[in-house]
Amino acid sequence: MIKRPFFGLIQARLKYPALIPDQPVAIKDIDLSSKIVLLYENKTGQQNVSRLKAGDKVKTGQRLELFENTSDYIISTATGEVKEISKHTGYFGRNYISITIARNPEDQWDENFKTAGQAGNYEDVIKFLGALPGEAGLSTLLSLNPAEHPPINKIVIKGIDNDLLVANNQTILRTQLDDLKNGIDILSEIMHTTDIIFVVPPALKTQLSELGVTVKTVKPKYPNHFPHMIMKNVLREIVPAGKSPGDSKTGFINAEAVAALGMAFRDREIPIYKILTVIKKDSSVVMVRARVGTPVKDILDTLGIELNHGDRLVLGGPMTGHAVYSEDLPVMYDTDAIMVQGKKQIILSTDTQCINCGECIRACPAKVPVNMLVRVLENGLYDDAADEYGLFSCIECGLCAYVCSARIPVLHFIMLGKHEYALLKNAEESNA
Amino acid sequence: MHSQKLFIGSHAPYFHNGNSVASKSYNIMFAALPAVGMGIYQYGIPALAVITFSISCAMLWELIMNIAMKRPISIGDGDAAAIGLILAMLLPATTPWWIVLTGTFLAIVIGKQIFGGLGCNPFNPVLVAFAILMLSWKNYLDFDAALLNYDLGFKMLYPLGALKHFGINAIGDFTSQGLLMGQQIGGIGASCGLGLIIGGLYLILRGYIRWEIVFSFLIGIFVTALLYNISDPDKYAAPMFHLLTGYTLIGAFFLATEDSSSPVNLVPMLLYGAGAGIFTVLIRNIGAFVDGVVLAVLIFNVANPLLDKIRPKALGKGI
Repeated sequence: MIKRPFFGLIQARLKYPALIPDQPVAIKDIDLSSKIVLLYENKTGQQNVSRLKAGDKVKTGQRLELFENTSDYIISTATGEVKEISKHTGYFGRNYISITIARNPEDQWDENFKTAGQAGNYEDVIKFLGALPGEAGLSTLLSLNPAEHPPINKIVIKGIDNDLLVANNQTILRTQLDDLKNGIDILSEIMHTTDIIFVVPPALKTQLSELGVTVKTVKPKYPNHFPHMIMKNVLREIVPAGKSPGDSKTGFINAEAVAALGMAFRDREIPIYKILTVIKKDSSVVMVRARVGTPVKDILDTLGIELNHGDRLVLGGPMTGHAVYSEDLPVMYDTDAIMVQGKKQIILSTDTQCINCGECIRACPAKVPVNMLVRVLENGLYDDAADEYGLFSCIECGLCAYVCSARIPVLHFIMLGKHEYALLKNAEESNA
Repeated sequence: MHSQKLFIGSHAPYFHNGNSVASKSYNIMFAALPAVGMGIYQYGIPALAVITFSISCAMLWELIMNIAMKRPISIGDGDAAAIGLILAMLLPATTPWWIVLTGTFLAIVIGKQIFGGLGCNPFNPVLVAFAILMLSWKNYLDFDAALLNYDLGFKMLYPLGALKHFGINAIGDFTSQGLLMGQQIGGIGASCGLGLIIGGLYLILRGYIRWEIVFSFLIGIFVTALLYNISDPDKYAAPMFHLLTGYTLIGAFFLATEDSSSPVNLVPMLLYGAGAGIFTVLIRNIGAFVDGVVLAVLIFNVANPLLDKIRPKALGKGI
């Protein structure tokens, strides 16, 4: 954990760690588990899975459609038999369907992707690539249906990592340059654009000279990896509050997903291995490669990390991850990191009121008046928060909560505020 | 299922830089020690008695209010103790116990708790208490009268009082150096300029108080006093005199910088500090009171919410 410096007048610089150059990157492969769990975010509103049931046999790389009347699907990452289908509620009421597959020792690959690839029609191939390691929502970026999403004419590939201590994109830059090159070519062809910008920390710039794309550097200082910050600092374009970069026709994609795209076309196999940064209790870091769907417990067991009662398990990095309640949850396409915190390391939030010390104001990269915002949010004044106090200017980096003297869960208040505001607006619209 | 391990669930971020209200309060108290030590050295056991009694009373009032208002016990965060200490620093060493008891009541209960406790007070609690004491028991807080029985080897006259009542000739004996080293009578912890500066710089460097407020306050005092001094050197004291006497330094480092009653954005901080500084000299030079720091800072506490509306536009707003 990075503490406040003794001379607190100088603000702590939260740096993304750079891998040591000239040293080989060690990636530990995690053995396949006997069961694989697939999580599917259910946005359809349908309650029961109608097109898959326990006992069905699935193949690796098979496209599984769960509901009627939707084009959503998931890719099975193992060969075996579906043991259990269950429902879960996640972050802010999101619905998930979990599918447990008892894995056969031998992988049998589904041939549909290969056939589509040999035909050479990108549109058929993309139907299998809604999610790639490093990017769960790729379908929004690669969408070929302009009515659904505004078309993208500029693509930013992120070589900078998505959280402190995480080093996935850097690892890809160091180890899979050929795949990246392939991926960029394919991406450019699918998206019909050559306006591709690669954003990297300065230390990695030299690696990319042969890729033939525009390379821009950003300081490896948190929160410079956020799309809104890259838009502001690199592209010199301010995204209006409450809008996403996609609304300005700019798409963001992680280097890991681009490399996976390259691999998919090279091997004619859907990539199902995810690079993960495992952050141990002592903040030391191990890079691992695991199949999507591997339960977290298996990874922790392989690395000899023991979890005890009262510890904290986080999927994702230290600033933006999600604390989870069970070791049985699987690695997903966008699980960049697994962080384990010991009981004694955890600094809990308190219900103290804001003491107006101004630390958050100095830390906020979006110049949100956090001290006022947290007061109005605490009192449920979501309209005021959105109109006057910059609720939707917040880029959700969490620095305010990181520096808060009163230890208020500021980011939690903000996320809840955004959620409640959206519910209010929906209710107003349906009543109108 | 019952033997299952349970993990701590919470929202991101999972790192925290270790800041806390308690570390802030204790550092403020630590920073006050040089000035307080000098006060105890000069005035002896009575000064120590006032300080310890003030701190304990403040904590006691906080505890009583916690229980009465059914709130979590908050004396551990050190804020009440810091309020007690700073209040005692403003008082003369001979203050009777019942004034200390009333003063801490006013600070903790009237100044802080009835507004909702830590962070909710619109005024600096210490100043609320001190202003009421100052208006209610003038004689006990008149340093010349209160410290009549002391002889510390320098001129036993409250510099600002002398200036107000006897004019500029009466302060000829005070040198800047002497004032800085604490050769003046005054509050227990308010007379040793050097100690306050050391403590204040410590707080600024550690980031516990906002330097913008401190410096704009001091500059406000300096510039205003300088203008008066230029306009009529026979009537108005030099700016250095104003900087080193009365509550100027304790005001700059410990009073005006109280978190909840001061602004957090850059421009408002500068306006707040400068305004309080200007008003301080105005009150001293043409007002009815001997020292203006207490009332000037209180006035700008009132202006704080308004001033703090001047703030930069949030990212992506207004385009």
